[in-house]
Amino acid sequence: MLEAVARRTAAHYRRRYRPAEGDIAIGLGDGRRWKAGPSEFAARATEVSSLNVERISRSHLTVEPFALADGECVVVSGPSGAGKSLLLRAIADLDPNESEILLDAERREALPAPLWRRRVTYVAAESGWWADAVGAHFAHRDAAAALAQSLGLPAACLDWPVSRLSTGERQRLALVRALVQKPRALLLDEPTSGLDQNAAEAVETLLKAALAHDTAILMVSHDPAQAARLARRQLRVEAGRVWEDRR
Amino acid sequence: MNFVPLGYGDVAIAAVLVLVNGLLSLWFALGLERQIAVATLRMVIQLVLVGLVLHALFNAEAPFWTLLAALVMIAFAGRESIARQERPFTGWWSYGLGTSTVLMAAGLVTVLALTTAVRPQPWYDPRFAIPLLGMILGNTMNGISLGLNTLTVAAARERNAIEARLALGATRWEALGTVTRGALKSGMLPIINSMSATGLVSLPGMMTGQILSGVAPEQAVKYQLLIMFLIAGSTALGSLAAVMLGAARLTDQRHRLRLDRLRPAR
Repeated sequence: MLEAVARRTAAHYRRRYRPAEGDIAIGLGDGRRWKAGPSEFAARATEVSSLNVERISRSHLTVEPFALADGECVVVSGPSGAGKSLLLRAIADLDPNESEILLDAERREALPAPLWRRRVTYVAAESGWWADAVGAHFAHRDAAAALAQSLGLPAACLDWPVSRLSTGERQRLALVRALVQKPRALLLDEPTSGLDQNAAEAVETLLKAALAHDTAILMVSHDPAQAARLARRQLRVEAGRVWEDRR
Repeated sequence: MNFVPLGYGDVAIAAVLVLVNGLLSLWFALGLERQIAVATLRMVIQLVLVGLVLHALFNAEAPFWTLLAALVMIAFAGRESIARQERPFTGWWSYGLGTSTVLMAAGLVTVLALTTAVRPQPWYDPRFAIPLLGMILGNTMNGISLGLNTLTVAAARERNAIEARLALGATRWEALGTVTRGALKSGMLPIINSMSATGLVSLPGMMTGQILSGVAPEQAVKYQLLIMFLIAGSTALGSLAAVMLGAARLTDQRHRLRLDRLRPAR
């Protein structure tokens, strides 16, 4: 047990010294850069979770604190309109909110928002596309082609116009778009809704691979079987109240 | 050729044409007669009043009154620039954005023209300053109005695409790039069109006016060129400022899209 904790913290330290992919490419609007001080490392020794949601203050949302460990998947469930998407959007800082959220013991507000969202990436249920060509939406084209193939799409789909994609293809490629940036945590809003069984299984396989690479996943899902396959813990959302369901 | 003075009787003959419009509307039951009457009356009253005001201004030749007239014109231009927006900003932002950018662009360009190209004595002579400002204002106002309208409508329509980019770690400027470019284009398009068509399709009003009052065509053309350059400069400056400030207001420090800062669609 102790050994496992020691191994995990060591992995954290290594990761902290290595800049995440894409860090340098971002224009830091306010000129601030995060620096690690000794006190933060002291705090980290007791901190094993990677994404730590201590408080979220946003209208229509009351959240009990929860945390995700490295490579852990937590499923969010609840009736439609209960606030599941609001929860994910608040964590990604896409809506105005005053919250205490930490990634690897680092406060969200200490990072420029674009950098935070590269590390904690939200994938909406309805994907948005801003260019005509599919390929223009991916940071790393080769990696994207490989992932697209693993989801049952032809590698050539990167050369297609977006208008040719079906809803299901868009949904899968939106996930690929986020995965190629290698985020530390993924916030997925119904990643398999509307997919046929084969495609949904391929997505689950890909998510399991991401979990094995220590990515934490917070995922909205309406499918109890899927929740059981991917996650051991569940968050319930009802009428804006979010709590951990420990059945 | 000399300037031909007009009497009110001469104008009344032309006004008969509008009366014919009204009768046609009644005849074919178009229901436009009321609007035609109101618009005609408004035009007559506004122009006669402006004539009186300009007469007084030109006689006074006082910097204070010229400045006051300029500010009143700018205030109206600011209001008109945001009057017909589909999704205006909430609160004072809408009016503030329109007026401040109109003031900045048109004011700057007018002062530039008065101190370098036209150089009347004194430079604030209302006979030059007020008509120049008027022509520049009208076009700048259109550019700002079209630019802001395209920006806000497109941002609301492209919400999914913009937020997808933000969610992947784009800055607010990257995420709004497509939208701001489109907004700038639509702000600049009218002046580009009118520069291309001028002389071929339309003879500009000021040039025609100068020629009617006996100025040699080459001189009138030079004045028109000057005005077109001033208008183009001011429109570009005004639209750029309005679209960029608008884009900043549509997002926040944490690079979020803030459509809640727009009034709901009508």
